[in-house]
Amino acid sequence: MESVISRAVKDISREELENLKREALKKALFRRRATKLALTGMNLLMALFLLLPLLYAVSIALMPSSELFTMSMNLIPTTPTLDNFRQAMVKIPLTRFIVNSFVVAGCITAGQIISCSLAAFSFSFLDFKGKNLLFMLVMATMMIPGEATIISNYLTVSGLHWLDSYKVLIIPYLTSAMGIFLFRQFYKSFPISLYESARIDGCTNLRFIYSILIPLTKSAIGAMAVYTFINAWNMYMWPLLVTGSDKMRTVQIGLGMLDSVDSQSISMMIAGVVMIIVPSISVFILGQKQLIRGMFSGAVKG
Amino acid sequence: MKLKLITRNLSPYAYIAPALAVFAVFLFFPFFKTIYLSLFKTNKMGQAKLFVGAGNYSELLSSPSFFNSLFVTAVFVLIVVSVSMLLGLITAVLCNQSFPGIRIFSTAYALPMAIASSSAAMIFKIMLHPSIGIVNKILGLHINWISEPRYALVCVALLTAWLNSGINFLYFSAGLSNIDETLYERASVDGANSFQKFFRLTLPGLSPILFYTLVVNIIQAFQSFGQVKILTMGGPGESTNLIVYSIYRDAFFNYRFGSAAAQSVILFIIIMVLTLCMFRLEKKGVHY
Repeated sequence: MESVISRAVKDISREELENLKREALKKALFRRRATKLALTGMNLLMALFLLLPLLYAVSIALMPSSELFTMSMNLIPTTPTLDNFRQAMVKIPLTRFIVNSFVVAGCITAGQIISCSLAAFSFSFLDFKGKNLLFMLVMATMMIPGEATIISNYLTVSGLHWLDSYKVLIIPYLTSAMGIFLFRQFYKSFPISLYESARIDGCTNLRFIYSILIPLTKSAIGAMAVYTFINAWNMYMWPLLVTGSDKMRTVQIGLGMLDSVDSQSISMMIAGVVMIIVPSISVFILGQKQLIRGMFSGAVKG
Repeated sequence: MKLKLITRNLSPYAYIAPALAVFAVFLFFPFFKTIYLSLFKTNKMGQAKLFVGAGNYSELLSSPSFFNSLFVTAVFVLIVVSVSMLLGLITAVLCNQSFPGIRIFSTAYALPMAIASSSAAMIFKIMLHPSIGIVNKILGLHINWISEPRYALVCVALLTAWLNSGINFLYFSAGLSNIDETLYERASVDGANSFQKFFRLTLPGLSPILFYTLVVNIIQAFQSFGQVKILTMGGPGESTNLIVYSIYRDAFFNYRFGSAAAQSVILFIIIMVLTLCMFRLEKKGVHY
């Protein structure tokens, strides 16, 4: 029995068939191109919509105050100026805030990487009494929201006369359950024999961590560093409570304080905001790949 | 020899010690102290003075202000979670197929996760300004978004949703990349249209990560603080007095540490119950 298709093929000549094929291919190509174009267009619109607040902030920061205070549309500055940035540097102790934030975020990042990798090492390679219980205890801390302990923490540090210092900003954040979990997840992929053979060769625990584990888990460390730095840089509630002078304020608090100042300083304030967003965004863009790889390797897999 | 044995037995603990010490002083101790404080009336220094048992709790449970704050928080969480997950899902689907410039777009979509809530709130404050704000100019309206009780909560919620959408984009992108490509091809051959493909293939394929993202989003939304502090200060009236802001205000403006501690305990219980419920549900509901 002849199929419909083969009968149809017989009816048309070879040349016509070729033509049909070419046309179909062209159509498919056109269709693929159109989809791609539409996809790009939709993405462009979406990205523009989502980035609007940031783009608008940059645009205001470049505007002279006179241009901002009009009732007409002012998306793009007509006479861009860097004056707002200069003013922000001079009138607010912004340099000091930025230095403070770098010190605090840097110390927290380094501290978390060290304390978390040490703890994760112990949990994954060593054997000791109460190991599972202690690990459960660490994991249970993830359930306690920081806001639920913040009052008692405040009372503790004010009792210790730690207020308004670097240590009060840094020490409470020197470890994290998430970090320990992340590193342990990575360490679990190494066979225990790696550790045992290193020990037989006379390698001490610290040396094992330093010269074997750390080089092997660079991507986890990178992810952790990016995540921790951004979070520490963006921290708001704790620094708000425990810093009282411009000397110790971090960027978020220092600029937040400006908020109540007269409306003339709006463009200066936004210039300041743009300047303090730049570090966290650059860290994010530079470390994005690491962050994603670290976040989704084992830790959060469906 | 004996000494060596002891150090050997103790060394595993030594590696955990730094982390545990920080947890003990700044998490476990304050956690129990908060529970303890919640049973007392305190003086201005935050010292427990008068034991009142469940007094602080019964006071809270009979105060309309506290119920208002719970209600406002619930509405807030609902808006934040649904909008930010929707944004994350849309952007992840848009960035799922390859096209020129995909790297730039995916960075743009994830970017909000790098921005501080306080910085974002300052930018939004100008955008929502009644006379010079861009929102009114684009929409041709003259609404004072932040001092109108009807809109203030929605504004804070949308700002938070925007901030949280970045990480949702990453979660959903990871989820999408786990779905087998050939499933889509087979569906196409069988004549499925894109809607069918989305609802029958994409969403079920995302269900494991969808669930995880939901839990993380809810917990995160409950903890919002900076944006409320800068944008609305809990007002107008008490229309944006979210529970964390209410804790802050009770403790550091009214010096009612006992009541604030009781609210903290309630916040902890709510988050714990929600988390446990969802993991329970997950075991029953989601199949993969």
